[in-house]
Amino acid sequence: MTVLRSIRDLLLGLWVVFRRTFRKPVTVQYPDERPYLPPRWRGRIVLTRDPDGAERCVACYLCAVACPVDCIALQATEDPASSDRRYPEWFRINFSRCIYCGYCEEACPTYAIQLVPDFEQSDYARRNLVYEKEDLLISGTGKYPDYNFYRVAGVKIGGKDKGEAENELPPVDVRTLMP
Amino acid sequence: MSDLVKSGAITLVMLGGVLTLSALLIWAERRLLGIWQERFGPNRVGPGGILQPLADMVKIFTKEDWIPPFADKAVFVLTPAIVVITALMSFAVVPLAPGFVVADLDIGILFFLGMSSLAAYSVIVGGWASNNKFAFLGGLRATAQLLSYELFMGLSVMGSVLLAGSFKLTDIVEAQRDLWFVVPQFLGFVGFLIAGLAEAHRTPFDLPEAETELVAGYHTEYSGMKFGMFFVGEYVSVILLSAMIVVLFFGGWHGPLLPPPLWFLLKTGFFIMLVFLIRATLPRLRFDQFLSFGWKVGMPLALINLLVTGGVVLWKGGPS
Repeated sequence: MTVLRSIRDLLLGLWVVFRRTFRKPVTVQYPDERPYLPPRWRGRIVLTRDPDGAERCVACYLCAVACPVDCIALQATEDPASSDRRYPEWFRINFSRCIYCGYCEEACPTYAIQLVPDFEQSDYARRNLVYEKEDLLISGTGKYPDYNFYRVAGVKIGGKDKGEAENELPPVDVRTLMP
Repeated sequence: MSDLVKSGAITLVMLGGVLTLSALLIWAERRLLGIWQERFGPNRVGPGGILQPLADMVKIFTKEDWIPPFADKAVFVLTPAIVVITALMSFAVVPLAPGFVVADLDIGILFFLGMSSLAAYSVIVGGWASNNKFAFLGGLRATAQLLSYELFMGLSVMGSVLLAGSFKLTDIVEAQRDLWFVVPQFLGFVGFLIAGLAEAHRTPFDLPEAETELVAGYHTEYSGMKFGMFFVGEYVSVILLSAMIVVLFFGGWHGPLLPPPLWFLLKTGFFIMLVFLIRATLPRLRFDQFLSFGWKVGMPLALINLLVTGGVVLWKGGPS
């Protein structure tokens, strides 16, 4: 009886495999067919600009601190002539170290650093994987088209005093405060 | 003279055909395995990937052909040749169509069995000459495996020989004009299929080269075209196995409507596919399982089959 059942199972197995002949392969033939990447897919890292076209990055170093593999390096600087804004003098991401964890994006207070759906970064030389600021900076706003950090934050910068930001009340004058 | 030219031409056609087919089978097997695993398999080189063996060949010829310094050089070099030569020699007796056979020997089956036994030497000797423990284990397994399957391979063939009353393969095919031997000799067919799979080192019984346990078994140390020869030899023996099944049990070239050679090729193709399907489906046996199957199941069944067939043939008064 066991023998008969074994033989039946054997033939059944052959039949199950043979039926696959008529199934559609699950393979995505990559360079010809592109896989769908969702908008929030964590791929290549970019530096975005605010809707006015200025750099969003305020060089706060939070991304560099959050990065578990220490692949982000930058140098903050200020240009008092144009505004009081801090911005990175240089910004460098070593993509041969990057693990695409997205912690830098989560840490960023200004939505400047973002991960975009693009994974095609392979290169023949490892040094080419070190991206400088001009490689990272894009001209658009990325995922948050209307967000402008300096328009909502109560910081004073060139051309905007305290209390002039969106949804912000003018600062309280503590000397006139009466009971 | 014209006989000589004719047999020469047949030899060339057989050789060229078998070698081309075995190269194509490398592609066909990978493609079929891919399809059965719901992927594509090699489909980039040429239409549908059919030129893949060509690309593989270019690659394998440009590879370094390394002979390990600790190997027994003469034997090591000779072994891959034995695989291909013995497998191709067996095709001398395979009748493709009436009159289309290289050497219609009176002892065709014995010649085939002898050649297949010689082919096993290449595995044993190759494993020994490599002087590597995995190759050696593979060779040892091949030896033990050989002893267990070779017996019931020969015995399961004898049923067909008894029914046809001849060792000559053309006679055996002629005797199946009305009834394919697979019907009276079903046990023989199953036995021969199993033994043949073991003979060609195909998957459920590829114990001598078991990748998961022995790296690559007897051809661990082989590289370049020497490894290629083992590879080609395996596919040639798959074709041989299928062709012999067709000749011995499935009526050779007999079939309605279509011309005889086409029938032969169709049936052979079917059994080649069956061998690939078995590879795609069945996992490798444990070594002791196969040995005990060979001795405790295979051989007694083949003997009983032979006994009953002999009795029936005698009762009916001699072979048909």
